[in-house]
Amino acid sequence: MKQKLVIIGNGMAPGRALEKLFDTAPDQYDVTIFNAENRVNYDRIMLSPVLSGEKKFEDIIIHGDGWYIKNNVMLYKGHKVTNIDRVKKQVTSEHGEVADYDKLVIATGSNPFIIPVPGHKLAGVLSYRDLDDVTAMMLAAKARGSAVVIGGGLLGLEAAAGLKEQGMDVTVVHLMPTLMERQLDPAAGYMLEQELESRGIKVLCGANTKEIAGESKVEAVHLDDGTVIPASLVVMAVGIRPNNWLAQDAGLEVNRGIVVSDNMQTSDPDIFSLGECAEVGGVCYGLVAPLYQMANVLAANLTGDKDAKFVAQDTPTRLKVTGINLYSAGDFADGDDREEIVFRDASSGVYKRLVIKDDKIIGVVLYGEAADGPWFFEKLKTSEDISEIRDMLIFGQNAVLGGANVDPLAAVTALPDSAEICGCNGICKGDIVTAINEKGLTSLGEVRAHTKASASCGSCTGLVEQLMTLTLGNSFDANAIQSMCPCTDLGHSEVRRLIKAKDIKSIPQLMQELEWKTSCGCVKCRPALNYYLVADWPGEYVDDYQSRFINERVHANIQKDGTYSVIPRMWGGYTNSKELRAIADVVDKFNIPTVKCTGGQRIDMLGIKKQDLPAVWEDLGKAGFVSGHAYAKGLRTVKTCVGTDWCRMGTQDSTGLGIKLEKMMWGAWTPAKLKLAVSGCPRNCSEATCKDIGVICVDSGYDIHFAGAAGLDLKATVVLGHVDSEAETIIHIIALAQMYREQGHYLERIYKWADRVGIDEIKAQIMDNAEQRQTYYDAFIFAQTFAQVDPWDERVSGLDKHEFNPMAVLELEAAQ
Amino acid sequence: MSDSNTTSVMTENWVQIGTVNDIPLRGARHVHMGDKTIAIFRNADNKIFALEDKCPHGGCPISNGIVHDNSVTCPIHNWVISLETGEALGADEGQTLAFPVQMNGDKILLSLSLK
Repeated sequence: MKQKLVIIGNGMAPGRALEKLFDTAPDQYDVTIFNAENRVNYDRIMLSPVLSGEKKFEDIIIHGDGWYIKNNVMLYKGHKVTNIDRVKKQVTSEHGEVADYDKLVIATGSNPFIIPVPGHKLAGVLSYRDLDDVTAMMLAAKARGSAVVIGGGLLGLEAAAGLKEQGMDVTVVHLMPTLMERQLDPAAGYMLEQELESRGIKVLCGANTKEIAGESKVEAVHLDDGTVIPASLVVMAVGIRPNNWLAQDAGLEVNRGIVVSDNMQTSDPDIFSLGECAEVGGVCYGLVAPLYQMANVLAANLTGDKDAKFVAQDTPTRLKVTGINLYSAGDFADGDDREEIVFRDASSGVYKRLVIKDDKIIGVVLYGEAADGPWFFEKLKTSEDISEIRDMLIFGQNAVLGGANVDPLAAVTALPDSAEICGCNGICKGDIVTAINEKGLTSLGEVRAHTKASASCGSCTGLVEQLMTLTLGNSFDANAIQSMCPCTDLGHSEVRRLIKAKDIKSIPQLMQELEWKTSCGCVKCRPALNYYLVADWPGEYVDDYQSRFINERVHANIQKDGTYSVIPRMWGGYTNSKELRAIADVVDKFNIPTVKCTGGQRIDMLGIKKQDLPAVWEDLGKAGFVSGHAYAKGLRTVKTCVGTDWCRMGTQDSTGLGIKLEKMMWGAWTPAKLKLAVSGCPRNCSEATCKDIGVICVDSGYDIHFAGAAGLDLKATVVLGHVDSEAETIIHIIALAQMYREQGHYLERIYKWADRVGIDEIKAQIMDNAEQRQTYYDAFIFAQTFAQVDPWDERVSGLDKHEFNPMAVLELEAAQ
Repeated sequence: MSDSNTTSVMTENWVQIGTVNDIPLRGARHVHMGDKTIAIFRNADNKIFALEDKCPHGGCPISNGIVHDNSVTCPIHNWVISLETGEALGADEGQTLAFPVQMNGDKILLSLSLK
């Protein structure tokens, strides 16, 4: 009987603890997570790169939905727990969900501290804690305008730099005399201030906020000294408070945070706590390294290893602002018993300071040149006696070891095995080298998966790659291509190139010539290969249905209960009474339980039994319906508005264009699904600017957009170009679709393909190169002569009968 | 594909359900048996396997999956199930019922007792 483990909170600390737990004791617990945020576990450290636009949300997800499913974790997203009943051993969420626990983990993190000045509740006052804050900031930044960041610590400065990147006019208001006073000495703090000012960020130190002024939303920030700073956005980043009220309500011992022993146990032996909400040894932690250490300790204790204990350690600090190199660790306050070694180079903006006590490094501050940080930190951690190397120490590792700056690997080579490479996860050089050798790791992704090194903030990625080069020699190439699947070492692009180059026209031929390692592939490569061959050899390659996923094999969408949904095509979203009557009749005749409008302007019939599919299609076919390919990695819908037919704003016959595109493109297979939309004017009622390909009609002609997304990712389209006539629009769009068909990796949406090959390259081929455009267009039209066959009609006529009917029905007289 | 006690078992439990050619190569069909559904698989080597048509993970009919080597991948959450034992492979854990199968020429015989 598995024990029930309930976790309140789904941040990085409990996420890491679960990884450890599933590693060591996958069967010990049934896990339920309540997450107040409506999403999966993501890397909060990386919110700053998301704000500055260097990364996207998808890049910082730690555990996708699949991870929870794979590990049988029940994850309640958007469920805030409101009560813990320690007697019944139950927790209750605000939506009334109740879960029993044998062991409970409270990981509610922290809340941002909001200074209660007048106006702190005005619209436009934000904190900087989670993705919602980042999204709100990015939205506010769209209007440009001015932002005030209150707080000149690590988070505040990252927020300021991000908002500046987003085009806002930014002022940082900081109460203390210098920036980041907890991590930097005044000299480095001053240099940082100069650097930020030179980037156009105003910095006001020693400034106390008196009031946030505004009628209904923020208009200005007033300081004590009478200064008034106009602002449309205020970000408070003045610190965090452990979120401990739930524990307090439950009667657990609470101080600043939830008091836990060094094995993460609260005052109730069945309740544990970790993360920013926990207080261990009188201290609450906020940086990721100690939180991950807590996670390891918790996981060990949950599996019965009572010896695992949390030990407080120094954690180095880095600022994640591109172009600013800053490193600090340890204690760097002045004192009588301390000496310091300082190096300054004003011209190149370098400042280094080591604080020494009893011939040992106890503090490091590096600004401008931080590469030696880990080397100094290693000496600090191990209390190494530096008296022998003191003369050269400040000049860093290369100077001390006498090596010239020739071999880029020399520095890594010289590090001892115990040197910490990944500060976030506490991974040492020795751990990484051992994992590479023992597990035969050959890619950065594998090293991240097995050791976690460079898997959090990523700032040590370069070091990890150097270690891989050092360990694997020339066989490791940091820029090497990821293979398609474990059946081959070739990547998707390489396979696509070889299919053409070697004239490969069947899956068995491909597996033979490209030396597949398995006898008949796997679920990853077979559908991909089948698509590549279908797309590359129209009319020649015989589609291998056993290499297609079930939806494409039976031309309907499988639902979780094994029934199917059927969506007939409605050209451009248009229908009429005859079609609607036919749908109503089918729904009645086959007792279809659910009928729903889709987002693509069509009607979905859900809950149809597999064996009924051909009969359903037969009835629909009589009314003129064909397959809507809602199940296909292929052309799905072309969404339209009502256009010039009805709309007083319409500029072109957008509906007519949409229907023409759908009639020309239906049946085409593409690497991933392809959704189009055409809007009749820039008001864009058909939402064309988040589609794979979209058209916005304007007075002067047609703006062609592409590479949008509105699913896991939210992404506006980019403009491919403007053309004057409907005929040109069609040619350009079809050429674009064909280029994507020929180059896309299987399951790669058009926006990801565009990211990979580059928007400029696509524009150059489709907009600027008329000959290339025509070649793509002709290839598409040729392929369509084979693809435009209604699959439903074929099956009504008896094709693939075996897919829909049982092979036999056995009477059970004496089953027992 | 025969073993020593075939004869005695044949008379009691084996039922003919069809021929090899009824199933697509690297494909599957299903057989209804009371309220149970049995999935019948044919792999690339023309070997035939029978499992209850129910993924140990969420109960989805695994006859809808893609067949590769001696396994099938469930279409719903990509669990990989061994055609020989019905066990989930890789990191996943679980097992679906496996039924014995015999060949008589190209005819497929299914046993109603469990493996």
